Amino acid sequence: MTTMTAADPRTAPLVITASPHLKGRDTTQRIMWTVVLTLLPIVAWSVWLFGPSALLVTLASVAGAVATEHFIGRHGTLADGSAAITGILLGLTLPAGFPLWMAVVGGGIAIGFGKLLFGGLGYNIFNPALIGRAFLQAAFPVAITTWPARSGSWWALRGDNFALPLMRPHVDAVTAATPLGLFKFEGQGTDVGSLFLGTVGGSLGETSALLILLCGGYLALRRYLDWRIPVSVLGTVALLQGALHLMNATRYASVPFTLFSGGLVLGAVYMATDMVTAPVTKLGRWVFGAMIGLTVVVIRAWGGLPEGVMYAILLANALVPYINKVTQPRVFGARRAKVVAR
Amino acid sequence: MAEARTGLLSRLARGAASRASAFGFSHGIHPPEHKELTAHLPIRRMPYPDEVVLPLRQHTGKPARLIVRKGDHVERGDVLAEADGWVSSPVHASASGWVTDIDWWPHPDGSMCTAVRIRVERYSAQIARPRLVPDWHGLTQADVLRAVQQAGVVGLGGAAFPTHVKLLPPKDTTIDTIVINGAECEPYLTTDHRSMVEYPDRVHFGVRIMMHALGVKRAVIGVERNKPDAIEALERTRPTDLDVTVLPLTVKYPQGAEKMLIRAVLGREVSSGQLPASVGVIVQNVGSVATLAEVFETGLPLVERIVTVSGHGVHRPANLIVPVGTKLRDLLAYCGGLTEDAEEVLFGGPMMGQAQSDFDVPLLKGTTGVVVLTHDEVRAQAQSPCIHCGRCLDACPMFLNPTLLGDLARMNRYDEMAEAHLADCMLCGSCSYVCPSNIPLAQLFSASKAALRRQSAAKAGAA
Repeated sequence: MTTMTAADPRTAPLVITASPHLKGRDTTQRIMWTVVLTLLPIVAWSVWLFGPSALLVTLASVAGAVATEHFIGRHGTLADGSAAITGILLGLTLPAGFPLWMAVVGGGIAIGFGKLLFGGLGYNIFNPALIGRAFLQAAFPVAITTWPARSGSWWALRGDNFALPLMRPHVDAVTAATPLGLFKFEGQGTDVGSLFLGTVGGSLGETSALLILLCGGYLALRRYLDWRIPVSVLGTVALLQGALHLMNATRYASVPFTLFSGGLVLGAVYMATDMVTAPVTKLGRWVFGAMIGLTVVVIRAWGGLPEGVMYAILLANALVPYINKVTQPRVFGARRAKVVAR
Repeated sequence: MAEARTGLLSRLARGAASRASAFGFSHGIHPPEHKELTAHLPIRRMPYPDEVVLPLRQHTGKPARLIVRKGDHVERGDVLAEADGWVSSPVHASASGWVTDIDWWPHPDGSMCTAVRIRVERYSAQIARPRLVPDWHGLTQADVLRAVQQAGVVGLGGAAFPTHVKLLPPKDTTIDTIVINGAECEPYLTTDHRSMVEYPDRVHFGVRIMMHALGVKRAVIGVERNKPDAIEALERTRPTDLDVTVLPLTVKYPQGAEKMLIRAVLGREVSSGQLPASVGVIVQNVGSVATLAEVFETGLPLVERIVTVSGHGVHRPANLIVPVGTKLRDLLAYCGGLTEDAEEVLFGGPMMGQAQSDFDVPLLKGTTGVVVLTHDEVRAQAQSPCIHCGRCLDACPMFLNPTLLGDLARMNRYDEMAEAHLADCMLCGSCSYVCPSNIPLAQLFSASKAALRRQSAAKAGAA
């Protein structure tokens, strides 16, 4: 390094970096923490509906996720905010009366098995929150389908929040079936208006479709999630369910009911759009969303479960590498799109 | 910063505009322009420095062949080195003086190169020898090409490809349109902008000569909409006897990339691996056209060029006419020197420009500008894993898959990269710019291209 007297008042050497020397403002951290911020109103609404229990369950699942990331994950990865998102999303799939220790374990499984085992952020195949949820559903099928009724004092804790491991669940709380359960097993419908606002029974985040759409809409505007995925999921469900409903209106639920009941909106807006586990191509995202929508309709219409969003997304996650491979865009000036290995 | 002020609505509007339409291309990015630093400053002439250093390799192709010796006295415009073959360009003395040395000298590309050092004659008027100005009316295409090559004209947009080579399209092609590149999409740079505002006649004269030489009936000058004064000046001076159109283009990076420009101006798509001539087009940069015009106005070869000196790290940003071979040190000193927090000095714009390590490097024919970035702008950010957000796919103007290419690059799977169209990457840096994980994609691709070149060279050597 030559020194420069007239022109260069500095003593430090010049910095040499590769082009481009300008950088956009968005970082992974910024994206992740913005997603966390938009999830907070949804959590707040669930607390308003279900009382302090909702907050406890969410915090427990976040604690499990964050602690696992901190103790098992690579140093410093906690700051990227993705563990917090996984924790909150998992919490939102749980009922308010869920035992807290189970929520902690679920959060740990979500991060440990759903993400860290694959190599950490960016390398996981499946949505970590849904891996956690799938584990809980297999391990604690009763607890995860026990939805407390929204009655009594707001302050009252619901269900079995403080149950301990290996104890029989002590279910004496008043329970309420979810709209999907009511429809599937009792043939009973629910008013779409209350579905839209979320004043129904169900898991924490299966409540207000309106609020989730608003928060997701903001993320879509900021380009932090691709609107194509939720539009494709919900559009496919609407289309297929509409056809079914036309054929048999009593056996198959109406389109608005199907769209706004259960975890469909939460799944479509916040889980299917997880960048890591969704396709990178635009066409791929349409296809991905359509596959989720199709699976949801099939499970809800003919499956043994009232709900199917979790399995639909996990199944579609598994197909992402293939979707990416066959939906590569046509390179500028090339004759047609090329199928490349991924 | 303009970028910081943009709201959601304008982002939406942009989203609509970023789709391919007439006068645009798909994908691309919107980096902050920073042109306000110099866009309004008239072009001034920088006084001659005490020394100029002229490397023999200032163009794409074979380096020039030296014909002067140490101790020679040269006048401004004299030939120092001749073109060595067709894809080569001569180097002329950019100032009158004495050849003090011919030796290795640091080159802006980071290597060393044989260069002619000239001690500039202190009291010289720096008037070139009187020379014959060719009358273009009677010239054939071959005559024009010869004159252009002898004048050492190369592309002034950065790549420095010899202009005369571009003006001789392959025999099996028919050129119907000349496209003049006035996009100047690199942030900070305003040399083309100022040339169009201040010398619109010269631009049109250069276009006229090219149309005459090639027998082409139509020319289009593409200018980004953020230069209304340039569009107005070109429109005002537009010749009435020729089919020349001034076309405002969407403001987007990399609008000035050859293939993007052709797509935007004519809606034609140059095939992968093909030249613009394959779709009947020749593209020339506005600065090159103006220089070509000067050759036929004054007979003076390419010995000086307009550069933008800009960035928040330099005290007095300016648009200057500078003798080729002026050392970075002298140029920065003339512009008031660096600020306290200046940290990185670039030749070219911030998207594709090259960082310099040595203040002795000379400005070349292809140096569009010098941009000095400050500490805050240079800050190194930690790299994090790819989250497959797909932004690089949306940014890539060539519709490549940078995230896939990046993965392959890191595993040294260069052959697979070649299959995934690495050759179509022009290293515009749009993918690196948008990457939230700060992955140096463009750098990986540049290294991979070099690795592939080495591979094929080794294969050729073995065969």
